[in-house]
Parts: sequence; structure tokens; C-alpha cells
Amino acid sequence: MQSAIRTEELTKDYAVGFWRKRPHRALDRLSIDVAPGEVFGFLGPNGAGKTTTLKLLMQLIFPTSGRAEILGQPVGAVAVRRRLGYLPENPYFYDYLTAEELLGYFASLFGYVGPERRRRVSMLLDRVGIGAERRMQLRKFSKGMLQRVGIAQALINDPEVVFLDEPMSGLDPVGRREVRALMLELRDRGTTLFFSSHILADAEALCSRVAILAGGRLTAIGQLSELLAFEIRGWELVVADLRPELIDRLGDVVRHHAEIAPGRYALELTLAEPPERLLAEVLGAGARLVALNPLRDTLEDVFMKHVAEASSHRMTTE
Amino acid sequence: MRAIRHIAVNVFRESVRDKVLYNLVFFAVLLISASYLLGQLTAGQDVKIIKDLGLAATSIFGLFIAVFIGIGLVSKEVERRSVYGVLAKPVRRHEFVLGKYLGLVLTLAVNIAVMAVALYLVLGYMAWMTPANVQAAWDAPALDPALLKAVFLIFVELCLITAVALFFSTFSSSILSAVLTFGMFVAGHFDADLKNFDQVVASPAAGALARGMYYVLPNLASFDVKADVVHGQPVPWALMGLATGYGLVYIAMLVLAAMFIFSRRDFK
Repeated sequence: MQSAIRTEELTKDYAVGFWRKRPHRALDRLSIDVAPGEVFGFLGPNGAGKTTTLKLLMQLIFPTSGRAEILGQPVGAVAVRRRLGYLPENPYFYDYLTAEELLGYFASLFGYVGPERRRRVSMLLDRVGIGAERRMQLRKFSKGMLQRVGIAQALINDPEVVFLDEPMSGLDPVGRREVRALMLELRDRGTTLFFSSHILADAEALCSRVAILAGGRLTAIGQLSELLAFEIRGWELVVADLRPELIDRLGDVVRHHAEIAPGRYALELTLAEPPERLLAEVLGAGARLVALNPLRDTLEDVFMKHVAEASSHRMTTE
Repeated sequence: MRAIRHIAVNVFRESVRDKVLYNLVFFAVLLISASYLLGQLTAGQDVKIIKDLGLAATSIFGLFIAVFIGIGLVSKEVERRSVYGVLAKPVRRHEFVLGKYLGLVLTLAVNIAVMAVALYLVLGYMAWMTPANVQAAWDAPALDPALLKAVFLIFVELCLITAVALFFSTFSSSILSAVLTFGMFVAGHFDADLKNFDQVVASPAAGALARGMYYVLPNLASFDVKADVVHGQPVPWALMGLATGYGLVYIAMLVLAAMFIFSRRDFK
């Protein structure tokens, strides 16, 4: 099946320094493949290369080496741009246009005219919650309202692939929930979504797959369940009617323990021994099983680990 | 073509809402009207003063419009990143540049038309108030259609200045573009002096440099027929055609260069 988005060894160097220019690698041989209909989260701390990647995909900048394709065609082709939407980071539009005029202008660039154009503009502004303010000039808009207008303009052509650079930025909790719902609605309609974020809760709520970028390099990529599954770091055993001296007998395998109610304990077990053996021992001593859960890293733990690895790798190579 | 048209219309719409533009046009019209009062102070010369000041105001305020709005065409869009949204749409970069340019040319045309109408109204009032025997002594009638020749060449010159502003703004910041464009305007008016610069300096290198600049810089003096028109001297159609042709070729080169640079640049 044809990929929705594909990059091959995509690399971007910037020249930095005023007098003696030297190259700074903003993105290092990025290869990713996003299938149609996927919700792909592009995660990384500030300066990781997320916006650089999105700009390369929009051909706002040109790669130093490598290539990128969207819907099987090289990026930058006008035919491809007809089928995609893009929300830039902290979007800024024309001060003296109203929201309605801006969307009308963008719709006309896609060839929409007359009542069809008016219908689309009005429908999208409704969808992102811009009411009577749509007749106000954009210079009077707050950051959150501009973000909503930005999302509306990214969807003006009913795109097959949508790129969103930090879509939740500047939004209040209500706005975030609405945008999340909108993204899920787009996913259900089969739209491919590629979004960058440093807010991991958004990725956990929305993405089928994520990539983690740090220092311009891809440090992890995969389904959220896979990335998190690899990282089981122990077990949580909850038992009732447990005699406290038994905990000491279990030894080092119990990393922490806490009494959550009289006779009821939560034990955090290391991976040193299989949980079945310990469970048999505890139950044999007359305790009752309440719960046994694997302890997984959260996405945040995984993220922090990869970012730390990437920065230590960079320090050793420099 | 569709994209170019929509971009041009958008530039026009945005610039007519910009207060800077209203202020400039207001002051130009004010100055043209004030020239009537100045004309009253100099007996016999009044109609010439009105024409002189009116055409100069059209030219200078047109220059401000061309530079201040012209540099905003591209460099401000890049600085404020509004260009990102447009270039992700099915628009080729050269179409964007051309659309922006044509939009400003349209804005300039409307503004110059307003200023020309204001000038003719003042001159019409002047003619209405002046006895026929006094009018007979004038070099040219008050409502001389030849004024339109001067206005047209001011328009061509401003289109050229806009193209200069556009060219600089495709690769430099808005402030630098403004400075460079003003510099080009001043140098362009003294361009003819550069041709024979080698006869007044001893250094052959300086002479050669001046000669080189003479060929590169636009010769803006060739668009200036204000004095001829004011004094009722004929402005031949051949001269009009030559100046317009020269302007169009220069504009085409600048716009093509701007398109070329803009199509290859990174938006960091």
C-alpha cells in the first residue's frame, strides 16, 4: 500500500555563526513511513527538529540531503498540496482581514467559488467555535482564537493528509478538548493526521503511532502499546490479610511496600523473579489476592529516557 | 493564473484597510489643495505652482506607498510567517511573488488616480476663478491633458520602485529593504551624472565604477517630464513609449530575479 508520508534519510543543515559560518544539523537522516489513515504523533522537546521536519514536508525549506514524499509524490508538487492541510506553529495571518475573509481567500486558492466557498467557510468556522467574531479583523484575535482559525484554514480543502504543528498550543482546556474531538472525527473519516507536540497526554489520547525525536535524530518509533510494552519495569501486587513479617521474608524482590488499609498492602516487585512464585508464597501464607498489575513506564518516562540517551550520545560524540 | 489573481486582490484588499495608506493619500490630497493657497502668493505663476506641487506630491507620496507597502509584500510576510499558510496551498512560489507585485501595482494605480483627480479639481477651480484674458497668458491651459502624461510616467516609475522593493524584500529584512529602495530611488535620479563621472575624477577605477553603476541602476530621470508639462513644452509620444518600454524591461528583470530568489530560499 502506498504511504501517506514517507521520508528517506531526510537531513537539514543550517549555517550558523555570523562571520565564520559552520553547519548545524537540525535534522539527521530521518526515515519514517506513515500509512494512510494513521494518527502519527511526532514528539520531542523544543529544538528537537519537529518544526524543521514539518517545514521540509511543506517545502518551506529545502533538504540538505534525502527525500520526502506525500501521497506518493515529491513534496512541493502543487497536485499534492491540493490534497493536504497544514497548521503552522503559532499561526499568524493577515492583520486587516476578518476570519471569514481569510478563509474565503484560502478557499479561493483551492478553486472554491460563490456559494460553495461561503458554505465551506461558514461550516469550518462553526466547527472550530468561531461565532460572531468571524467578522472581526484578525489583529483583534487572541492567540487561542488565531489557533482555531489556523485549524479551520488547514481543513478548508477537505484534505486527505493534515499536518499540525503544535495544534494545542495557546488553547484553553475547553479548546483542547474540542480540538481533540475534531482530530478524532477526522481520524474516523480516514484522514491521515501527522502532528507534532511536546504535550504527551495529547499523543497518548490520539495517536496510533509515535516517533520520538531528540537532537535532530529519531530515537524511537512505533505503536504506543509497543513502545510502552517494552518498558515493563516490575509488578504491583495488592494483597489483603497479609502478615507484615512476610514482607521482610520476601527480601530484595520487594522494591517498595505500602499499607493502604489495615492488613492490605501494595507491594512493588522487581523483575528479578517471576511474579507467579511470589504470589504462590504470599497466598500460601494465608493472604488474599486483590490485584496483580504490570508496572509500565508512562509515555513521559519513555520520552525522558530517549531524550536523555540522545543528549548523552551527542555529548560523547562531540 | 487563478492563484495570481486571488493573491493580487488580497494585497489590494489588505492595503486599502491599512491606515498608513489612508494617511499618505490624505496628506497628498491636502498638499495638492494647499498648493492653491501657495499659488495665490505669486501673481502670474499660480497655475504653474499648483501643477508643480501637485505632481511632486503625487510622486513623493506615491514613493512612500510603493516603499512602505512594497517591502511589506514579501519580507513582512516572511518575518511574521504569514507566508507559511499561503505557500502550503496549491500556489507556486513565483505565482505568489507575481500576485503580490500585481496587487501593489493595482493599489498604486488607484491611489495615483485619486491624487490626479484631486489635482484636476484644484486646477478646475483655479480656471473657473480666473478671467479669460489672464488665462490666455498661461503657458498651458489649467486642465491640460498633457498632465496625464506626467502622471502616467510617475506611475511607471513607481511600478519600477515597487519592483526594486519587491526584489530586495525577497532576501533581506523589511528595514534593510526600505533603506536600499530609498537609496536606489535617490541614486536612480542622479544616474545620468554617473555616466560622465570619469571626466571629473582623476582615478580611472572610480570612473569605471561609476560607469558600471550607470548601466546597472535604473535611470529614473527618464520618467521625469514634470517640468516640460508644467511649462507647456511638448512631450513627444516617442519619448513616452521609450520611457515606458525601458521601465517595463527593467521591471520584468527585477520581478524575474525576485521570483528566482524567492523560489529557492529557505524560510527558517
